Amino acid sequence: MIRRLDAHPTHECKGFSLRSGKPIPFGAVIVPGGVNFSVYSRYADSCVLVLFNKHEPAPFAEIPFFPEFCIGNVFSMVVFDLDYENIEYGYRMTGPWDPKSGHRFDSSKILLDPYAKSIGGRDEWGKEPDWSNIFPHRSRIFFDDFDWEDDTQLQIPFEDLVIYEMHVRNFTAHPSSGIKHPGTFSGIREKIPYLKSLGINCVELLPVHEFDEFEHSRLSPVTGERLMNLWGYSNVGFFAPKAGYAATGKYGMQVDELKTTIKALHKAGIEVILDVVFNHTAEGNEQGPYISYRGIDNKSYYMLTPEGYYYNFSGCGNTLNCNNPIVRNMILDCLRYWVSDYHIDGFRFDLASILGRDQNGAPMNSPPLLETLAFDPVLGKCKLIAEAWDAGGLYQVGSFPSWDRWAEWNGKYRDDMRRFLKGDAGMVPAVMQRLQGSPDLYQWQNRMTSASVNFITCHDGFTLMDLVSYNDKHNEANGEDNRDGSNDNSSWNCGAEGPSDDPEITQLRLKQIKNAAAMLLVSNGAPMVLSGDEMGNSQDGNNNAYCQDNSISWLNWDLLKSHGELFRFMKQMIAFRMKHDVLRKSSYVRNTDSNAEISWHGVRAWEPDASFDSRTIAFMCRRFGCPEEPDVYAAVNMHWECHSFELPAAEGNAKWHVFANTDMRPPHDISEIGNEVLLDNQHAFLAGPRSVVVLVSKLNQRKGEDNGTAVTDGT
Amino acid sequence: MELQLQMELDEGTAKIRLGGRLDATNAPAFQEELKKLIGKDVSKIVFFSEDLEYIASAGLRVMIFAKQRIGMNAQVYLIGAQQTVLDVIKMSGLDTFMTIQDSFDQKTQ
Repeated sequence: MIRRLDAHPTHECKGFSLRSGKPIPFGAVIVPGGVNFSVYSRYADSCVLVLFNKHEPAPFAEIPFFPEFCIGNVFSMVVFDLDYENIEYGYRMTGPWDPKSGHRFDSSKILLDPYAKSIGGRDEWGKEPDWSNIFPHRSRIFFDDFDWEDDTQLQIPFEDLVIYEMHVRNFTAHPSSGIKHPGTFSGIREKIPYLKSLGINCVELLPVHEFDEFEHSRLSPVTGERLMNLWGYSNVGFFAPKAGYAATGKYGMQVDELKTTIKALHKAGIEVILDVVFNHTAEGNEQGPYISYRGIDNKSYYMLTPEGYYYNFSGCGNTLNCNNPIVRNMILDCLRYWVSDYHIDGFRFDLASILGRDQNGAPMNSPPLLETLAFDPVLGKCKLIAEAWDAGGLYQVGSFPSWDRWAEWNGKYRDDMRRFLKGDAGMVPAVMQRLQGSPDLYQWQNRMTSASVNFITCHDGFTLMDLVSYNDKHNEANGEDNRDGSNDNSSWNCGAEGPSDDPEITQLRLKQIKNAAAMLLVSNGAPMVLSGDEMGNSQDGNNNAYCQDNSISWLNWDLLKSHGELFRFMKQMIAFRMKHDVLRKSSYVRNTDSNAEISWHGVRAWEPDASFDSRTIAFMCRRFGCPEEPDVYAAVNMHWECHSFELPAAEGNAKWHVFANTDMRPPHDISEIGNEVLLDNQHAFLAGPRSVVVLVSKLNQRKGEDNGTAVTDGT
Repeated sequence: MELQLQMELDEGTAKIRLGGRLDATNAPAFQEELKKLIGKDVSKIVFFSEDLEYIASAGLRVMIFAKQRIGMNAQVYLIGAQQTVLDVIKMSGLDTFMTIQDSFDQKTQ
């Protein structure tokens, strides 16, 4: 091959061979003979590249960017003959110190490259850092090739997703996980057979971008244990994976390990969605540390008050200036990188409403960042999911700008279904909307069921077991006098606060968990299950366990034995959902005309009772013109008394069979697909107190022919 | 320590003996050496790694390169690797394209 003309140095400085670099792409890129460094700052006067040998406390070289190496506001140069695997680098920026005008340049600080693809400094999870380190988070250079073979994004239709929200470390850190590398990306790979057996087809990972688990680290007043930033909603770098989540982090191979994990998940038919946090960074407010952005271009990166203080719409000290064109481009570069280099299938945007605020914090009608992401070609097949609210009081569930691309975490689904589950009155009209994919929220914008991610629990709040075991949050172990975490949980403890020996209470709790799972999995829209809910995982009533890197948060796999019935129930419900297309409609089900795909019922067939005191609702899903497709009927009785539900007739010669009845003890609570049991009385079903019944129509078979005898009522 | 490298082609089996450290500083030279095999009839690529003390990501990449460029159908063997080397390969998931063994018998394999 002919050697490139620009593959030789033109300048010398302190023994290093240099030449003017290419401004794009930003970051550090290996080029023939050397490394191209490129960093931008609108307001900096000059910049110095600072080089360290890996892990060394002091730099071995500081190389200024020559004036002729600058294009526009970009500093770029090639440094030749670097041992790129063994160095770490940062920048010193010189510029004005004028906080009132938004500038906080300080050339005594060494700054992380905002485009660093790999970051050293927290290579092993929880390993006490050297607090005297002058450069704790260090940019590293990585040869970003990977053998993906024929892997691509899976492109599972939105309505077919069953999302499993999980935290990399919590998922396998507990010794009961029984795997070789607990708490790591590699650990997820080992647990793929488990995920397959549950039947989910998408994992949504809590943040995996580099963060500092020692941020705000302190001791718990209750246990004396060290509290960590476990969840990671506080980015150090947007382009680098969390090294401490990789078993190979200490070898600097976290990029390979995460890519291998994603490739293996894809091979198993499981998509990967990343929870991304673009609303703030780990630099906090004016008291916080210099990590990168503050020292590189404070005024561009952050939303500042007229006095130069940090706006705090995130509740975390600062707010990233997402609709500044520079920051907007960085976010786009970042997401494109994760899609093209990591084959990510989608993103869930934390506190996404911030992304729609202008530079003064006011909400915009057509926020340029959200529009750019909606139309970007590289992100074209990506799922974009907004947490459609922020800590500054903006709440946009149902009104988040979408361009037919953005979906939302449906917070109203969670709130309405929780209240219905615990037996609140007046919920039936809302629940009817939620079961259909919330057309009341989304249809006016011509959006479809793919606008709604349905969930009853997520990482933020009670687990499902705690939702039915606690009336109030119990966050004392977080060391904030139980002030942190939401007070509005719509939870009910079933008769005793916390763990109970009373079999009536424990049985009711299991039933309520199954009720929640059943309702979630027969709703249109994409269901999201919180990792661990399928085995009754508890956080001891802590509804904000962001700092509990211990058994409060870690998934205890022994629960699979003690609560195997929950796993079985969830697994069968997921399988049922996947089997019946009518539960996974992309368009809203027709609910008005005579060929309605969904018909509403109640204690009396064809007469749903949506009155204030009603706590019962039933629906039947039917696809007209598809006689081979079974009807599905679900009766939900959230009243504390039994109710007999009059049944609509199944289509043609088909008969109703019982798939699930949460009032029954296992194994009669749910069937295997295809083994549903013929219902003796085809005209009515007695649903037990607080129970969900799911029926499926099948062509007439004689009693006892399929899997034993017919059943009568569910009592 | 420097990388020690010996290579021979024996009836379709490329035998590569590695020792010392294989990292970004010497991986390019290693890759150049392997390029000599391109176009030759190679059915097995065997890395004898008993004396390999350290492998970094650049070194692993050269092994993957060997598979991709010398022969997608060639079998790649890693023989006698020390635990530290094995750990990196396994944890990063790059073990899937090679057969890891304690010893190699050309007649039976």
